[in-house]
Amino acid sequence: MSRLSSADAGGPADPAGEAETVPEVVADQGPSGDETPASVDDARQAVLDALATELGDDIVGTDTTRDDMWVRVRPEAWRRAAETAKMLGFDYFCFLSGLDWAPSTSVTRGEVSASDPGDDGEEVATAAADAADDDAEAAEYPATTGDDAGGPGNWHTGYAGGDSRFQMLARLYSIRRRLGITLKADLDEETPSVETWSQVYPGADWHERETAEMFGFDFVGHPNLIKLYLPGEFEGFPLRKDFPLLSREVKPWPGLVDVEPMPEEAEEPAAPTEGEQAATEAEATPAASGASGTEGGAK
Amino acid sequence: MTAVSDQHRLAYIGSQAADARVNVELQTEEMTLNLGPQHPATHGTLRLIARLDGEQVVAADVVCGYMHRGYEKLVEVRTFPQVTTLVNRIDWLSSFANEVPFILAAEQLMEVEAPPRAQYIRTILFELSRIANVSLFIGEMGVQLGALTPVFFAFRDREYVLNLIEAVTGGRFHPNYDRIGGLKDDLPKGWIVETHQTMQRLREFCDELEDLLMGNEIFEARTRGVGVIPPEVGLSYGLSGANIRASGVDWDLRRDAASPLVWKNLDWKVWTHPDGDSFARYWVRLQETREATRMVDQMLDGLPSGSIQAKVPRIIKVPAGEAWAHTENPLGEMGYYVVSKGGLGPFRCKIRSASFNNISIVPWLLKGVYVPDIITILASLYFILGDIDR
Repeated sequence: MSRLSSADAGGPADPAGEAETVPEVVADQGPSGDETPASVDDARQAVLDALATELGDDIVGTDTTRDDMWVRVRPEAWRRAAETAKMLGFDYFCFLSGLDWAPSTSVTRGEVSASDPGDDGEEVATAAADAADDDAEAAEYPATTGDDAGGPGNWHTGYAGGDSRFQMLARLYSIRRRLGITLKADLDEETPSVETWSQVYPGADWHERETAEMFGFDFVGHPNLIKLYLPGEFEGFPLRKDFPLLSREVKPWPGLVDVEPMPEEAEEPAAPTEGEQAATEAEATPAASGASGTEGGAK
Repeated sequence: MTAVSDQHRLAYIGSQAADARVNVELQTEEMTLNLGPQHPATHGTLRLIARLDGEQVVAADVVCGYMHRGYEKLVEVRTFPQVTTLVNRIDWLSSFANEVPFILAAEQLMEVEAPPRAQYIRTILFELSRIANVSLFIGEMGVQLGALTPVFFAFRDREYVLNLIEAVTGGRFHPNYDRIGGLKDDLPKGWIVETHQTMQRLREFCDELEDLLMGNEIFEARTRGVGVIPPEVGLSYGLSGANIRASGVDWDLRRDAASPLVWKNLDWKVWTHPDGDSFARYWVRLQETREATRMVDQMLDGLPSGSIQAKVPRIIKVPAGEAWAHTENPLGEMGYYVVSKGGLGPFRCKIRSASFNNISIVPWLLKGVYVPDIITILASLYFILGDIDR
C-alpha cells in the first residue's frame, strides 16, 4: 500500500473544492456502512437536502423519478455544483455531455409526437414550411408538431425541467452511498458556456472536449479545449439538432418503412406481436427447467 | 610504429568516445515517439504521442477519433428496435453486452419487464460475452510482454464460447438478439449440456494461464508496480470495471446496481486487488473470468421455463422521459442515457462507454514511466477502440 501513497503524490493538483471545509450538516449525512442504506429514498433525500443547503437558490429543479436523481442548477453554479457533489462523496465521475432540446429538423427522422401518431416525413416537411410562413420564431425551429410547438420554454425538456435550448448533462456516482446523480444546467443559446470541471474531476477533460466539438459549448478554464474526435478543420457541431445528417437527407432511411402502421392494424394497436406468438407456442410445450434446450419458437 | 602506441591510440580514441557519450547523455534532447495509429497494442487505431527524455516518458498524449462513427447521431435516425444493430459494434468483442443496457433503458421508459426466462438467458449470454472478451485479454497480455503461447490458447478456447453464442443468436460477433421486452429466440436443443462442458473447459483454460504466467519471473517483473493507479485518482477519472477493482475499490454494478437481470440470485464473489498495478489488473480479470464460468453454470441449473417475450405493441413507441441504464460490461461500466420524446426512436442517446474513461487516464499514468512499460500499461488497462471512439 505504500506504493499507492507514493504514486498519489505525483497526481494532478488537488481540486479547489477539497480545500474548503466540510460543513457539519454534510458530515452528518453520510450513511456509515458500505451496505445499501435502510431506505434508498432517505439516502437520496439526504443528498438533496445537503445540496440544497450548499447551493441554495442555485438549484432550479429536482426530480426523483424511477429511483434516480436529477438536479438542475444555474449555469453560474455549474462548477460549484461539482465541487459540492465531490465533497458529498460523489467520487466517481461517470460522464458529461450536452443536450439540444430543439425539435429534430431531419425530415427522414419521422419525429412523431405523442399526439400525432400517423405523421410521416412529408407531413413534417409541410408543417415546417407552413410554420416558416407564420413568424420568424417558428422559422428558426421548423419541425413544430404536437407538444413541441413554439420556441424554447414550450418544448418538452425532460426531468428537472429546462428553460433553454441547450443543457449540460453530467452524471456522478458515490461508491460509498451507492447512489448516482444527474446534474443539468441551462445554457445560453447564443453563447453556451460554463466553467470547466476538469480541475474537480480530471476525467471530465476528454468529455468536455467531446461536448465542445459536438455541441459547440465553451468550457471556461479548460486547459486544452481542442477537438478530440473530429478533424481540426471540421465546421459545425454534429450533435446539434440543426446539423443535418447528409446521407439521410439524400436518401430516406429505408428502415422506417418497416415501422409504418399496417392498414389493418391501425385500428387495433394491441395486436399480438411476433415474439408473443413464439412465446405462446413455447408455452404449449412446456420446457423442462434445467434440462436440455427447448424449441426455438416460430422460427 | 609499435603495437604499444597503437594500443595507446585506441585507448585514447575509446576514452574520447566515452566522454562524448557522457556529454550526450548529460544534455539529452527530448525525443518524440509516435506509437500507432497502427500498433498491435492498440486493438484498433489509437495513436499515442510520447515525449521522451532518454528512456523516460515526460508527457504523453492520446489521439483518438480514427474510428469515430458518430453513433450518438446515427441513433437519432433509427427506431428503438433498430438501435441494437448499431450499438453491437461499440465493444465488438462482447457485442451482446452492449445491447443489454440500451434495451434496459427502453424497457424502463416503457415500463415493461421481460419474463424471468428471458432475463436468465440474457444474463447467461452477458456472462458468455464477458468470458469471450476477457479470455482474449488474458492471452493477449502475454503477447504484449513477449510470451507468444497464451494468445493461441486464448483464441482456441474463445472459439468454443463464440460457437455457443452463435448457436443461440446466429451471429458469432454481432448477435442482435436482445429485444425490448424479451429475446429474439429461445435456446436451441442440447445447448445447455454443451455449455456446461465448455465452461469446464474455460476453467481449465484459466488454470492453464495462471500456471503459465503467474509466478513467471519475467511476467512479474514487467507488471508488478507498473502503472499504479490510486483508487481516488482512478475514480475521479471515471475508471470502472476490473481497472478500478484492481485498485481495491469493491464496486461491481452486477451486485451494486438495481437491475432486472439475475445476478442477485447467484452465489458469486467480487474480486478485488489492493495493489492497483498492471499485475493486479491482470489478476482480477483472470479471477473474474473463472467466476463468470461458475455463474453461467449456476444460471443453467436454475433456468426457469416459460415465455421469453413480454407483451409489447408491434410498433414500439417509447413514452417521453429520460432513463439511465448501466451494466457491468467486460470493459467496465457501460451506460446509455436515453431521452425519448414519445417517438419511434430516441431523441437523444448519450453512450457512456467504459474504455473512453479508462483510457483518459493514460496521459496522467504514463508520466515518468519507461518506454517498455507503455505497452504493459496500455495492455493492462485493456480497451477496445470501438469502445473509445463509438
